[in-house]
Amino acid sequence: MTFSSLDNAHSTPEPNEGAAGLGRRSFLGYVMAGSTLVVAADLSMAKPARAAVPSGPQIPELYDLEDLQTDAAAPTSQLITVTINRDGTASFALPRAEVGQGILTSTAMILAEELDLPMSKVKVTLAPARPELLLNQLTGGSNTTFSTYTPIRVAGALARQRLLEAAAILFGTTTNRLTTTGGVISDGLGNNATYGDLASDAASQVVEAVEVFLRPPSDFKVIGKPKNRTDARDAVTGKKKFTTDLDVPGALPTMVCRAPEHMGTPKRLKNRARVLKMDGVTHVAVVPTGVAVRARTFGQCIDAIREMDVEWNPGTASGESDSTVLAKLRGQELPMVVPNVPILAETVEADFAFAFRSSASLEPYAAIADVREDRATIWAGLKVPILAQQRVAEAVGLSQDQVTVNVITSGGSFGHKLFGDHAIEAATISQAMKKPVKLMWHRIDEPRQGRLHPMCTSRVRATVLNGQVLSFEQRNTSVTTDFSHGLGEMITSQADELDPIGLGGLGFAESIFSLTQELPYNFGVVTQLLNEPLEFEDTFSTGSMRNIYSPDVCTAAELTIDKIAKKVGKDPLEFRLEFLKNERVKAALRKVAKEGNWGRKMPKGTAQGIAIHKEYKGATAVLVEIDCRPQTVNRDLGKETVTGPRVTKVVIAVDAGLVINPRGVEAQMQGGVMDGIALTLTSSCHLRDGKFLEGSWDNYFYTRQWNVPKDLEVHIMPSDSETPGGIGEAAVGSTAAAVACAYVRATGETPKYFPVNHGQISFKPKSYVPSVPPSPTNGLKLTR
Amino acid sequence: MPKQTFILNGKPVTVNVNDDVRVLWVLRDLLGVTGPKYGCGINVCKACTSHINGKAFNPCAVRVGDLKPQDRLTTIEGLNETVGKDLHPMQKAWLDQDVSQCGYCQPGQIMAAVALVKKVRREGREIRDSDLDNIRNICRCGTYFRIREAIEQGARDMR
Repeated sequence: MTFSSLDNAHSTPEPNEGAAGLGRRSFLGYVMAGSTLVVAADLSMAKPARAAVPSGPQIPELYDLEDLQTDAAAPTSQLITVTINRDGTASFALPRAEVGQGILTSTAMILAEELDLPMSKVKVTLAPARPELLLNQLTGGSNTTFSTYTPIRVAGALARQRLLEAAAILFGTTTNRLTTTGGVISDGLGNNATYGDLASDAASQVVEAVEVFLRPPSDFKVIGKPKNRTDARDAVTGKKKFTTDLDVPGALPTMVCRAPEHMGTPKRLKNRARVLKMDGVTHVAVVPTGVAVRARTFGQCIDAIREMDVEWNPGTASGESDSTVLAKLRGQELPMVVPNVPILAETVEADFAFAFRSSASLEPYAAIADVREDRATIWAGLKVPILAQQRVAEAVGLSQDQVTVNVITSGGSFGHKLFGDHAIEAATISQAMKKPVKLMWHRIDEPRQGRLHPMCTSRVRATVLNGQVLSFEQRNTSVTTDFSHGLGEMITSQADELDPIGLGGLGFAESIFSLTQELPYNFGVVTQLLNEPLEFEDTFSTGSMRNIYSPDVCTAAELTIDKIAKKVGKDPLEFRLEFLKNERVKAALRKVAKEGNWGRKMPKGTAQGIAIHKEYKGATAVLVEIDCRPQTVNRDLGKETVTGPRVTKVVIAVDAGLVINPRGVEAQMQGGVMDGIALTLTSSCHLRDGKFLEGSWDNYFYTRQWNVPKDLEVHIMPSDSETPGGIGEAAVGSTAAAVACAYVRATGETPKYFPVNHGQISFKPKSYVPSVPPSPTNGLKLTR
Repeated sequence: MPKQTFILNGKPVTVNVNDDVRVLWVLRDLLGVTGPKYGCGINVCKACTSHINGKAFNPCAVRVGDLKPQDRLTTIEGLNETVGKDLHPMQKAWLDQDVSQCGYCQPGQIMAAVALVKKVRREGREIRDSDLDNIRNICRCGTYFRIREAIEQGARDMR
């Protein structure tokens, strides 16, 4: 990892713009009423004050005492608060979901920076569902740090400011004579006070609106320096609690027997009495998604499901297979509109299909629900807890304010936990059984009934003349992506703003596609369009998988770009550098080319590939080396493994704007690389006659150790940006594309279908009835 | 209901449960020892990897009735005690390399790594790349690269 040049890359701060307007680093914060210091900032304040406070009047003009008294109960509905506790710690409940991406750590870093407090004294937790935040409690689109960076800094800076004022009174001095170090305020004359000592003095009896100044990035001591995760010790000692680890009184293990067909529903359970008599079983209930069983242990739930005799309704994709869905997608592809190019121009065409993929994390869907007559409580990993709260309320017939939704740290998400499927199902079961339940999906339920990245096609047509690209048209045609988790509602709420840039009137999916896809090349007339035919609207359980459309779009585009380069007789790197229009992308590309020794001689059957991607206010470039020689492709590692081509080296460069935690950025790049490798080479779901074949990790081939590149370098590009970009998804698309490009160069064959191994089914599908596989008994023979 | 007795993290435990229940559920659902995770229930993902008599095993695939009273089970919660320290060297390596992302698979990864180092030492050799390639534990966050670096550090520190 390199990030040395970050330290001196920050621009010098601009001076305060004077009394007439708030300076560019000044913001409005609030001191809340309380017995200890509680400060607040407006979460919707993602932009500097000039935007949040138009025309620059003085604060009272905007918000005077009368307003303040009127609003004292709730100055704005969008507040986040930081509390200084009497033990000298600061606490903050982040209205986002930690799913492994490291936002608890980066948020603690931001607060530690502005508070001058050690990270060990900054306690960041996850906020429960806060309906008053409306759409501002959605973890997705790589947006957490971008959207919360400024409000959190404002709250931290205000707290420090208030503590300084309290200390100045105590010491009989002025704040400019005081320093803050490690949570202690000193006047240099021997007077010291900790934040804990001052927390009560700094408290306010009324709500006050206060102008806050943020320190310039050149003063940063924490932000931009590599930090290890704050939850690492709990993770490696087994203390980190996920939903199923929680001990909620009476919430016994609960699982669901599910239909053979995708999204099939139960008609009836034929042997209820027999199942109820089984060892450990306490309750059985038929619910809309299947037949639920509650027992003393999950193992006994599994045994009960295997015993169930259930009559099923067909699923929503009855009779459909990969081939029939693909044929229907082909029939709905939007036409290319070849622009008016000279008759001598040559055409380059490409056409790819991308299989269904499962976005499930290693922690399967799990939720605890305790539904009573007049209230319900939920514990679950949820990226949009407000929506889950609404849907749970609807499902069990309560009002939203009767439902408490606790957000629990998740064992991964990758888009999977945008939806509240697990919370709603658990609540429904709890209500039916009149008992608290700890619901967990069996692994087999995830690829067969869980959220999928939809199958799609991507067609590209470019026209080329005299070494110039005159047009580049790309058409993605996809099974409907379900955006009903709030991102869609966010688009609707911004409809007026989107209209002037030409997005008004588009559907959710098309809007999101247009907002995320960018081809940063000078290719003349460029159009990238999405079509999601309505006929698939309710056929599949889908959602946004990490990086949504980009891995497929980027793979198709970059493969086509290699094809064009070849046609005009140029090296893939040289061609990209000539046509790229963005300096940040070019710098990243040059970096990987240099560090990865682009163009080095490689043995036959192996090759390099190179690709770029620009999204989420950042850019990535990836160089990979792949080994497609038979001795590698066919290496045998025993049962339950697929091997195939091996990516032996990856060099990735990321320009992520302002970096909070370089170590966290490096981790996200490394993880994204593993996703990209899986998407191009190994991981997919097969649909046959309305059923998905995959049932577990021995069928669904996410990258495993035997396919991990032994050489993996992450380079963080210097940036003078003062805003953080999104990093959680940035590596996925460019890696998927680079691996595909390398594969083509190594084998000489351009795949039509991704992942490249989708055509071979290398496993025997597990049973559909019973819906879960038997628990093995031979574990003592396999000790190692 | 039969009484099941074995040694868990250095202490004898007795649980009233039928022989057929898998050890993973006895640990998690009855004893509240939640370090070993469920990721598949069919001995594929290895998220529940723990030790029995010093060797790696997967409690999702062992009936509790097949345990003997003298069998010593170690979960991630008891790993440090096997070396009489606050942290086992492998846990320390995991922290130094900042391996965890979501952290769900990491208890199993660490337990597998410790057993792997012990296994190759029994064979009179050190860890090779091919040993790392053969680790079956899944990490859906893709922390594999740092896992490899941590195992190499942990192996050095386990001497």
